[in-house]
Amino acid sequence: MSITRETVEQAARLARLTVAEEDKDRLAGELSAILGFVEQLDAINTDDVEPLTSVVGATARMRKDAVNAGDYPERVLANAPDRVTDFYAVPKVVE
Amino acid sequence: MAQTIKGQTGEWEIVIGMEVHAQVLSESKLFSGASTTFGKAPNHNVALVDAALPGMLPVLNEECVRQAVRSGLGIKAEINLYSVFDRKNYFYADLPQGYQISQLYHPIVGEGELTIDMEDGESRVIGIERIHLEQDAGKSIHDQDPHRSFIDLNRTGVALMEIVSKPDLRGGDEASAYMTKLRSILRYLGTCDGNMEQGSMRADVNVSVRPVGSTELGTRTETKNVNSVRFIRQTVEYEARRQVEVLESGGTVVQETRLYDPAKGETRSMRSKEEAHDYRYFPDPDLLPLQLDQAFVDAIASDIPELPDEKRARFEAEYGLSTYDAGVLVAEKETGDFFEAVAKGRDAKLAANWVMGELFGALNKAGVELANSPVSADALGGLIEAIASDTISGRTAKDVFATMFETGKSADTIIDEQGLKQISDEGSIEAALDEIIAANPAQVEKAKENPKLKGWFVGQVMKATGGQANPGVVNKLINQKLG
Repeated sequence: MSITRETVEQAARLARLTVAEEDKDRLAGELSAILGFVEQLDAINTDDVEPLTSVVGATARMRKDAVNAGDYPERVLANAPDRVTDFYAVPKVVE
Repeated sequence: MAQTIKGQTGEWEIVIGMEVHAQVLSESKLFSGASTTFGKAPNHNVALVDAALPGMLPVLNEECVRQAVRSGLGIKAEINLYSVFDRKNYFYADLPQGYQISQLYHPIVGEGELTIDMEDGESRVIGIERIHLEQDAGKSIHDQDPHRSFIDLNRTGVALMEIVSKPDLRGGDEASAYMTKLRSILRYLGTCDGNMEQGSMRADVNVSVRPVGSTELGTRTETKNVNSVRFIRQTVEYEARRQVEVLESGGTVVQETRLYDPAKGETRSMRSKEEAHDYRYFPDPDLLPLQLDQAFVDAIASDIPELPDEKRARFEAEYGLSTYDAGVLVAEKETGDFFEAVAKGRDAKLAANWVMGELFGALNKAGVELANSPVSADALGGLIEAIASDTISGRTAKDVFATMFETGKSADTIIDEQGLKQISDEGSIEAALDEIIAANPAQVEKAKENPKLKGWFVGQVMKATGGQANPGVVNKLINQKLG
């Protein structure tokens, strides 16, 4: 599968990344090469093979329903670039 | 009967599917140990996981899983022992992770069904596609500052069940009946508090229309976050009519997300993004697949309480109630329990009438919840016993009830204090009547000519006995003596 310049722009937009004009064609080439490399796996027949999620067959561990975190707004907001009382303050999201 | 719309070109059928988000009742969040309590100061119910600080990892809350399974069993659904959490990627200020953890490909609950009860007594089975677990988002406040939005993450990461119906609903009344029934079942199960004003349950309503007889689905619109049963009905009715108008005037319905405006009673298009959403779902590498064993599910199944449909059937059989009355009484678990406490060992129909009539009426008027009723089930039972034993008449009972509601006193106390005990003893009523007859010979003559005037004697006896004479006995005696 070949990645076009438009696909690079679309992926960058979805990831909120700024990509310089002059980098777009190069990135399209690099991403195409990566996909091409991974596509070698398509040669293998995986019908009736379950996806492998863990080599040791582990499944999710669960925790008890207990309140043992929170009530520390100072820790939560410690790195906030801007705050008002205990709210995060961010550039306005709607007009 | 399914609702249809009569357009200019013919009749249209409405097709509705609903995605209901129900907040799971649990102490802590789906993947963190922060509290789920509503109404705390901003960012107090936030663990470092919820704020998506680097290095924090989610750990699944066992009770939320149990609640999802319980809800699945409540709608007779298939429980998937194997399920997987996926990331749904998008950016928004109140979603610090940059993705919502959800279950797209392998939800925890598969296909189920739910029976809706229509006002005309008809019932319909509505298919349910799936229930999956996911994280709720935070809250953004846009109107406090001209340049900034304020973000509160208290709700971030609280567990939601997304309950997806099949496109089986055919009108606003069915859509609202579906929400009502779903809410009732979840409340019986104790998996969601159903508090729609606080946003514990909200619906995305998918509506499309097609000519009656057509089997193809039309293009649908999705109206997001409709948060009351009444608004759901209005959304469907407005949106279906709008789509019919568009189609009949030669236009096409645009597949889009819309918002319901309660103030105007209409839906309107949300400013559409330039590109369609691309959520780039993939399995969350922070979470292993969830594998339940059958014993886990069986333990939950053995603990499922009696649900509204079964309870209604039992009320009809056990207490001889009409389907309608039984339906009203079981809609809320508390109401059903209250009724049973009143009816136990007493006249069940009388109990049903008093609970649904006087009590509901008084509670409504006073704006008081049943849980805070000044008249307890026991107290109302006491009043019903007084009626059943002829201690007071039904007429007097209404006054006694009003005093009970006001003062919280028992029926017996009020009857004693106000001397309301009904006199059924023929001897004393007869004595009073004889005195009145002796003192009013002219009235007696008139009444003999015109039986309608007997009413005057009833009034006089009532007056003489302080309103306590049993009206049945009074009438009987007057008829004997003046007949």
